[in-house]
Amino acid sequence: MAKSSEAQKVLFGPIFANNPIALQVLGICSALAVTSKMETTIVMCIALTFVTAFSSLFISIIRNHIPSSVRIIVQMTIIASLVILVDQLLKAYAYDIAKQLSVFVGLIITNCIVMGRAEAYAMKSPPFMSFLDGIGNGLGYSVVLITVGVIRELFGSGSLFGVEILPLVSNGGWYQPMGLLLMPPSAFFIIGLFIWVLRTFRKEQVEK
Amino acid sequence: MSKGNDSISKTLTVVISLCLVCAIIVAGSAVALRPQQEENKALDKQKNILLAADLLPAGATAADIKERYKNLITAKVVDLDTGEYVESIDADTFDQRASAKDPSSSIDLTQEQDVASIKRRSNKAVVYLASNEQGEFLSYVLPVHGYGLWSTMYAFVAVKPDANTIINLNYYEQGETPGLGAEIENPKWKSIWVGKKIYDDQGEMSIEIVKGEAPKGSEHKIDGLSGATLTSNGVQYTFDFWLGELGFKQYLDKQRQGA
Repeated sequence: MAKSSEAQKVLFGPIFANNPIALQVLGICSALAVTSKMETTIVMCIALTFVTAFSSLFISIIRNHIPSSVRIIVQMTIIASLVILVDQLLKAYAYDIAKQLSVFVGLIITNCIVMGRAEAYAMKSPPFMSFLDGIGNGLGYSVVLITVGVIRELFGSGSLFGVEILPLVSNGGWYQPMGLLLMPPSAFFIIGLFIWVLRTFRKEQVEK
Repeated sequence: MSKGNDSISKTLTVVISLCLVCAIIVAGSAVALRPQQEENKALDKQKNILLAADLLPAGATAADIKERYKNLITAKVVDLDTGEYVESIDADTFDQRASAKDPSSSIDLTQEQDVASIKRRSNKAVVYLASNEQGEFLSYVLPVHGYGLWSTMYAFVAVKPDANTIINLNYYEQGETPGLGAEIENPKWKSIWVGKKIYDDQGEMSIEIVKGEAPKGSEHKIDGLSGATLTSNGVQYTFDFWLGELGFKQYLDKQRQGA
C-alpha cells in the first residue's frame, strides 16, 4: 500500500498541491502562446505530457550512466529527440493543428517543466516513478492551460472548440467579444488569478 | 552512481551512443512520416483552392477533397511577363515559393515595384481553373501573397470567367494579430469581396480598402478592418501588386480579350 500511495502522490501531487505553473511558475511561455483556442490548448497539453513522461522515463533508465559533467546536454538530447518525434507525428496526423501550433511544439524543448523534472526528479528516481512524475506534471500543466483556454476562447471568441456558445454581435448575436483575451498578455492575468485563488485555499503555498 | 561515470572514455561512450540512438529515432520518424506529411500539405492546398472557388461543400472528407480537386480543378503555369500559359512545365510539380527564391527563375523587385514587400517575384505562377461537374468553366483561382503587419499573408482569389469579378477571397496562411488583423480570415469580411470588380473601365486595378464602411453598391471599395490598419494596407498592397502589371494583369487582360 505504501508504494501505491507514493505513486498517487507523485501522479496527482503536481495537479494542485505542487502545480508546476502555479507554484513553481515554470513553463509560462507556451501557456501564453497556445491558449487562445481550446483545440490547440488540448493538443499542446497532450504533447507536453507525452514529452515530460517519456523524457523522465528514459533519463531515469540511464541515470546511473550519465556523466554528471554532461548531464544537461544528455537530458536535452533526449528531450529534443522526443519533441521532434511529436512534431513529426502532429504534422503527419493532425496537420491543421500542427499548422496553428507552428513553432510552439518545437519550443517544448525549452519548456522549463520538462528540463526541471528531468533534473530534479528523474535523475534520482527509478523509471516507473519518474514516468508517473512526468505524467503528473504534464497534468498539472494541462489543468492550468485548459482553465486559461476555456476562459480565453469562451469570452474572447464566444466559442468552445470552435463551436459558438455566446452568439457574437458580428454574427447577429448579442455578445461583444473581449479582444484583449485573444492577446497573449491576458493569459498572464488569468494565470495570476488562478494562482491567487489556489493560494487562498491552500495557504501553505503562500511565499513568506 | 558509479565513480567511473566521469572518466573521459565513459563520457564519450555515453554521449556517442546516446546521439546515435536519438539520431536514428529522429531520422527514422522523419523518413517514415514524410509521405503522410507531403500528402497533408497537398491536401491542405487543394482544400483552400476549392474553398476559394466555392466548390467545397461543408463536411467534406479528405477523399472528397481529392476527388473534387481532381475532377474540377486544372492547374496551369502562366508566364507573368507575357500572360501566356507555359505548357512545358507541369503545374502539379511546379513550386512557386521555391521558384521565387531562385535567381534564374525570378526577378529582384526594386523598392518602387515591391509594394507588397515580397522582395522577389517568380517569373511564372500557377493559376487554377475551376469548372463544375458539367465541365462548364467557373473561375480563375489566383494565388497571391503580401506582407501585412507581422507576417506574409497567403491567399487565393477566385475570379469569374469575365476575369474581373471576384467570387471569393480565401486567406489561408497568415500570422496577424488575433481578433484584429487575423479577421481577414473572418467569413463575414471575406463575403464583402464577393462581386467586387478588380479593374475599372480603363482597365486599371481599382480595388480599394477604405477606412470604415465602404459606400453601398460600390464596385471597387472594401470596408477596412477596424483596429487593423496595417493589415488592411497589406491586403491593399497585395492586390496592387498581384493584380497589377507585375502580377496577373497581363494574364487576366489576355483572358478578357480572348473571352
